[in-house]
Amino acid sequence: MRQMTRREALTVAIGAGTAAIVLYGSDARATPDEAKEAIAKFTGGKTAEAGKITIDLPEIAENGNTVPLSVVVDSPMEANDYVSDIFVVGEGNPRPGVIHAKLTPASGKAKVSTRIRLASTQNIICIAKTSTGKLYTNQKLVKVTIGGCGG
Amino acid sequence: MAVQTRLRVPKEAKKGEVIEIKTLATHPMETGFRKGPDGKTIPRKILNSFSCTFNGKTIIDCTLEPAIAANPYLEFTAKVEESGTFKFTWTDDDGTVTTAEQAITVT
Repeated sequence: MRQMTRREALTVAIGAGTAAIVLYGSDARATPDEAKEAIAKFTGGKTAEAGKITIDLPEIAENGNTVPLSVVVDSPMEANDYVSDIFVVGEGNPRPGVIHAKLTPASGKAKVSTRIRLASTQNIICIAKTSTGKLYTNQKLVKVTIGGCGG
Repeated sequence: MAVQTRLRVPKEAKKGEVIEIKTLATHPMETGFRKGPDGKTIPRKILNSFSCTFNGKTIIDCTLEPAIAANPYLEFTAKVEESGTFKFTWTDDDGTVTTAEQAITVT
């Protein structure tokens, strides 16, 4: 086996270094940018106006494994004006998506409650889409004392 | 283990009333981000969708992500105009579908 030239040794070293960065450099947390991307996909790039959405989340979540979340959107929920989608993302979980609820006038109220996992203190952002093409947004910061991703 | 479901739906309501519906499904909602004791990542396995219909009409249709806590709890409302049956459907990543039904009398 012939000796490796210095050039070849350098190429191998750079390759290994790059692989290491790719495998271990990525953070376990999503970034606010990933959340923005997910939101842009949902809104089609349109800007959402602040308002109409009430987010019920504790200020401090003792246990990040189960945090109660309630989203209510002010809407008549009539056939000609109702909330068709409620979209929730988090800025600090491994992936931004939390829930996407599709509603109809038969829903009665634009409301969905559930329990979510939070890996760390983060903003939870809600976007609501209405049948008339309007987009609303609101967000809330939740402080997490014990993260909920088991890691 | 099969998914167990629990429902809280009023048995009766007045026509046009908006009722509250609470649902619970037992499921670990394995996120796919945890590492097991051997250091290997435990694969994701969650209920990724939940829907509720009333007499065939959609009340709510949700896409659930790993950020939904284990034993997913979902609470929402429905406006009832007639008697009928609510049908609830949960779908696992592996394709397993779990359903439950609840009738309501509307006067």
